[in-house]
Amino acid sequence: MTLPETTQLAGRRRARANGWAGNALRFLVIIVTTYLGLLAVTFFIGRVIPIDPVLAILGDRAPAHVVERTRELLGFNKPLYQQFYIYVRDALTGNFGTSVLTTNPVMTDIRRVFPATLELATFGTIIGSLIGVPLGVLAAVKRGSIADQIVRVIGLVGYSVPIFWLALLSLLLFYARLKWVAFPGRIDIVYEYSFTPVTGLYLIDSAWQGQWDVFRDVFRHIILPASLLGYFSLAYISRMTRSFMLNELAQEYIVAARAKGLSESRIIWAHALRNAAVPLVTVIALSYAGLLEGSVLTETVFAWPGLGLYITNSLQNADMNAVLGGTIVIGSVFIAINILSDLLYRTLDPRTRAR
Amino acid sequence: MSEISQSPPMSRREWLMSDRPQSRLQARLGRAYMTWRRFSANRLAVAGLGIILLLILVAIFADVLAAHSPVIGNLAGARLLPPGSEGYLLGTDDQGRDILSRLLYGSRLTLLVIVLVAIIAAPIGLLVGAVSGYAGGWVDAVLMRITDIFLAFPKLVLALAFVAAMGPGIQNAIIAIAITSWPPYARIARAETLTVRNSDYIAAVRLMGASPFRIVLRHVMPMCVSSLIVRVTLDMAGIILTAAGLGFLGLGAQPPLPEWGAMIAAGRRFILDQWWVATMPGIAILVVSLGFNLLGDGLRDALDPRESGQ
Repeated sequence: MTLPETTQLAGRRRARANGWAGNALRFLVIIVTTYLGLLAVTFFIGRVIPIDPVLAILGDRAPAHVVERTRELLGFNKPLYQQFYIYVRDALTGNFGTSVLTTNPVMTDIRRVFPATLELATFGTIIGSLIGVPLGVLAAVKRGSIADQIVRVIGLVGYSVPIFWLALLSLLLFYARLKWVAFPGRIDIVYEYSFTPVTGLYLIDSAWQGQWDVFRDVFRHIILPASLLGYFSLAYISRMTRSFMLNELAQEYIVAARAKGLSESRIIWAHALRNAAVPLVTVIALSYAGLLEGSVLTETVFAWPGLGLYITNSLQNADMNAVLGGTIVIGSVFIAINILSDLLYRTLDPRTRAR
Repeated sequence: MSEISQSPPMSRREWLMSDRPQSRLQARLGRAYMTWRRFSANRLAVAGLGIILLLILVAIFADVLAAHSPVIGNLAGARLLPPGSEGYLLGTDDQGRDILSRLLYGSRLTLLVIVLVAIIAAPIGLLVGAVSGYAGGWVDAVLMRITDIFLAFPKLVLALAFVAAMGPGIQNAIIAIAITSWPPYARIARAETLTVRNSDYIAAVRLMGASPFRIVLRHVMPMCVSSLIVRVTLDMAGIILTAAGLGFLGLGAQPPLPEWGAMIAAGRRFILDQWWVATMPGIAILVVSLGFNLLGDGLRDALDPRESGQ
């Protein structure tokens, strides 16, 4: 559950930037090889490691001809490279096989559960950024003060705490004792049938339809898991904000701004933060990707019907198609966010534009 | 040489701080002393070191410290006792087992996981990075592409998939975590290698006829170790959390092993009425991973003053 450190990765790629076409080509190579690598690893996990996938499906008492027939049906009699080719072809068209547990195609299941995870991770990132950035700025400006120390400890605890444990304790406090929040799942059973989601993002759907009682209920469900994920990303965001801000505050243009007589708050928020914001966008994007992953454990505790819970449920039932399909989807989103944040960085920072 | 013997006897501190060391040993000890001075000036880092030393001691002396068996409980008379009960400082779980004893024994599992992951992942990363950086060219391109691919993966989810395929258990959890945690080490080792590969001493070794194999193994890799140690220490907290997460999902250590994450999962059923069963192991995880984070921060500041310059 660590956050990715692809900022340095981005830096290395940036250093070699030459020309628009070269960039585009390089990106294409990166996307293709990374995605192929992801598929190769999941293929390896699914096809090579288990003793025999056919036996896993049929059990060890199936007659020999049935085993042979199944093997042919699933394409396991073909050489490994052909199997991999078929696997890649299927994965590119979104065909991850059928879930043993739900008997649906895995992609159908994922499409159903993914909005729940998306809504949770997005809300979490918003909370984490809205609190984490000001905290980081505060720590940088009051460097060495008590406030700086407190922010540091908040961040360190966020790095060190097992998120599922914090989730359990917060449920105990805010749900069982104080009764401030709702649990379990995304929405109360009362609204389960009267409310028809469109996008699958319940907060947006209910607000759009003007069902404010549903909105309130959804909010009461999402606020606790989203806050926990928000805390997790806050630890990372506040730490990075502090370091970026310290970097900017030591620059000469800050001295120049002070000499011009600008107010301190204007220097901090309008000048320094504006420049720190460029790398910060990358950090927030990466922490968003981290939350998609962090949601696996959080969703399990909150019975949140998202991709994380889907993966862990499938794990418990040895439903490998679903597990690997979920892994590929999360991995793809990860890769996409990595590349998007890299592109965003180039667009926002004029210095990295290769001209 | 005669000058040295005539100079007045130095205090041990002066001997260590000398900027003209007379022997390799003195130079090394002197450097270690400076590092220690920088490190120990940071009180939080020393606290982190203390926590880790305590963890190691507890793991070694678990059978002496623990008053009860970590596996066999007193089902008849001691189920779900609250903390502070007679003889059970942190209370008991649903099988009448002393939670404190289980935590003490569990420290062995925690230590086992982090040590094994470090022994497996760090050398792989070191080797990949050093070879990649020293060889350059297409070897570098291919190895780094593979590293980048692994870096782009979600670690926990990938570890989950590995364990799902190989079957739950602590060995498989360790292997899965190690497989997903070597790429950052490779990147660091490569960066360090690039800074030393064109230095004079490497050229001298090469001139003496050392094979590339020997150069990488004996002269490049040792240079990468200190930044690697910092990084591994900082990663320990993440490794502990991942292992605990796997244990919580039932994919790590299996019952009745007193793994802290699995203990939280077991206590989850009673969280509303017997809060301590799930709470205590979580505190243990938090304290230990906090210790590693503090220690790692301190080590980074002490070993690499440039990084912490701000």
